[in-house]
Amino acid sequence: MKTMLNVALPKGRLGEKVYAMFEQAGFECPEIKDGGRKLIFENPEKKVRYFWVKPSDVSIYVERGAADIGVAGKDILLEYSPDVYELLDLGIGKCHMAVAAKNGFRDNPQKTLRVATKFSAIAADYYSKIGRDIDIIHLNGSIELAPILGLSDVIVDIVETGKTLKENNLSVIEKIVPISARLIANKASFKFKGKQIEKITEYLSKITK
Amino acid sequence: MEEQYNMNIKDLKNDEKAVFSLRSLYKSYGYMRYKMKKFEEYDLYAGNKDFLVSDNVITFTDRDGKLMALKPDVTLSIIKNCKDEPHYLKKVYYNENVYRVSKGTNSFKELMQIGLECMGNVDEYTVFEVLMLAAKSLETISPDYVLDISHLGIISDIITYLDISSAAGKKVLRLLGEKNYHEISELLLAEGVSAEKTALLKALTTTYGEPSDVLPKLNSLMPHGKLSKSAVQLTNIVNLLDKNGFGDKIRIDFSVINNMNYYNGIVFNGFINGISESVLSGGQYDNLMKKMRKKSRAIGFAVYLDSLERLGGESGYDVDVFVLYNKKTESEKIINAVSELTQAGLNVTAGVAVPSKIKYKKLYEITEKGVVTVENNA
Repeated sequence: MKTMLNVALPKGRLGEKVYAMFEQAGFECPEIKDGGRKLIFENPEKKVRYFWVKPSDVSIYVERGAADIGVAGKDILLEYSPDVYELLDLGIGKCHMAVAAKNGFRDNPQKTLRVATKFSAIAADYYSKIGRDIDIIHLNGSIELAPILGLSDVIVDIVETGKTLKENNLSVIEKIVPISARLIANKASFKFKGKQIEKITEYLSKITK
Repeated sequence: MEEQYNMNIKDLKNDEKAVFSLRSLYKSYGYMRYKMKKFEEYDLYAGNKDFLVSDNVITFTDRDGKLMALKPDVTLSIIKNCKDEPHYLKKVYYNENVYRVSKGTNSFKELMQIGLECMGNVDEYTVFEVLMLAAKSLETISPDYVLDISHLGIISDIITYLDISSAAGKKVLRLLGEKNYHEISELLLAEGVSAEKTALLKALTTTYGEPSDVLPKLNSLMPHGKLSKSAVQLTNIVNLLDKNGFGDKIRIDFSVINNMNYYNGIVFNGFINGISESVLSGGQYDNLMKKMRKKSRAIGFAVYLDSLERLGGESGYDVDVFVLYNKKTESEKIINAVSELTQAGLNVTAGVAVPSKIKYKKLYEITEKGVVTVENNA
């Protein structure tokens, strides 16, 4: 008797695309589309149980084993380095982690660079690798405002199309790392529900190719 | 007396039960208890920070001005204090508290750890015995367990064969630990590694499972198609474990990567179904011995008991029976009622009123007519 496989999906547009991939791979769960206030959706026949969580929380659910597998952005995985397996690049939600500043910004290496970001660990790691002294200003949203108001010199943030930046007279000055959605798995779950996880990974990998 | 003892065992928490059984298990295989001081000179850890699970250590200045630390780890102390006798085998086990930063809360925690170390002339039998005891330790905690085994010799051979920068080599190791083949292939492409060598890495990342599945495929992982010394050693050990009845619990998995500056040879991690992280970790650490100027070879493992708390169902009750009495009830009646129930193996609390937060299976009341059941939630 196989047990249920718990799958944490990121809430939002990306999550809907991700669910569509799971559905295409043959792990559908029709009731998920009904809407309503339900938090957990099951398909006992396919032995899967889905739930939506905040995108930045997916890795926590998986690392702690509340979810066996989940889909999280590489940005979250780099920022929090959870102790999980990263099994697949789903190739969706593609964007970049980048450094952006006001158009015409000149980096004065004699001054400490003030960096506003939601991704403190990624920013700290990037600048320590290039040996630049920085002052991190951790913000939780509206990062683009920071350089405009002089709160920071640059920002480190996710850039998808660059439209928001352009509209605010900002531009990318350095790309740090490409980002996309990844399939992650809890290490212990992989030992005990390995066959199920492998099957899903295999089917999903066929779709991403 | 016997009955009393069994009753006590029943009431022990998972980690306490494990400590009891593991101690006697290790003792029966000739391991001596190693007892140590709570403190150690900080220098010992400062020089080997990467070996520690987290490099945060609680320190204080001793009265003579020496900087001391509360032990974050036991192995280093045992290595430091054991006599270096490479021709004999010294077997010890320990059961100690260590002080580490817990990942979630970012604050220090006292953790109970039990484990064993073999130092000196470590041969094939010794490696087998340690792995067998690792498997038996997991079995003691729960029959539904898995022991992941890898051999760092095999991995380091492949990394050397790739002929890439040491920074890239480190990255490959980290990605291998994540089973992250998609990024390994990107990295190797950027490093200009040939497709044939990259295929070897793919095989290494995707080959895992029961010995009967993996062992026949081992030579496809070898840089020149021929089994290396490490591969032969892994095969022999796994076959021995298989012959002794542990075959279906063993998984060969090359994502078990312990720090190569310290470990070499066989490394392993243990998992219990129902616990989300590994509960046992160990391996052969000749490199650490060399670093600490010892000629002996060594192998050992530790069991992390703090995670066992999460295992098993909760009874949902604070006590089996709550016995109500009133101010007029004679003490003797209460004593009789309580002792009758405890002798039946039940947990009992008696009082004139039920505290608001207490959950009981049954509520009894001592009345004029005797003890009557008021409520039964069982």
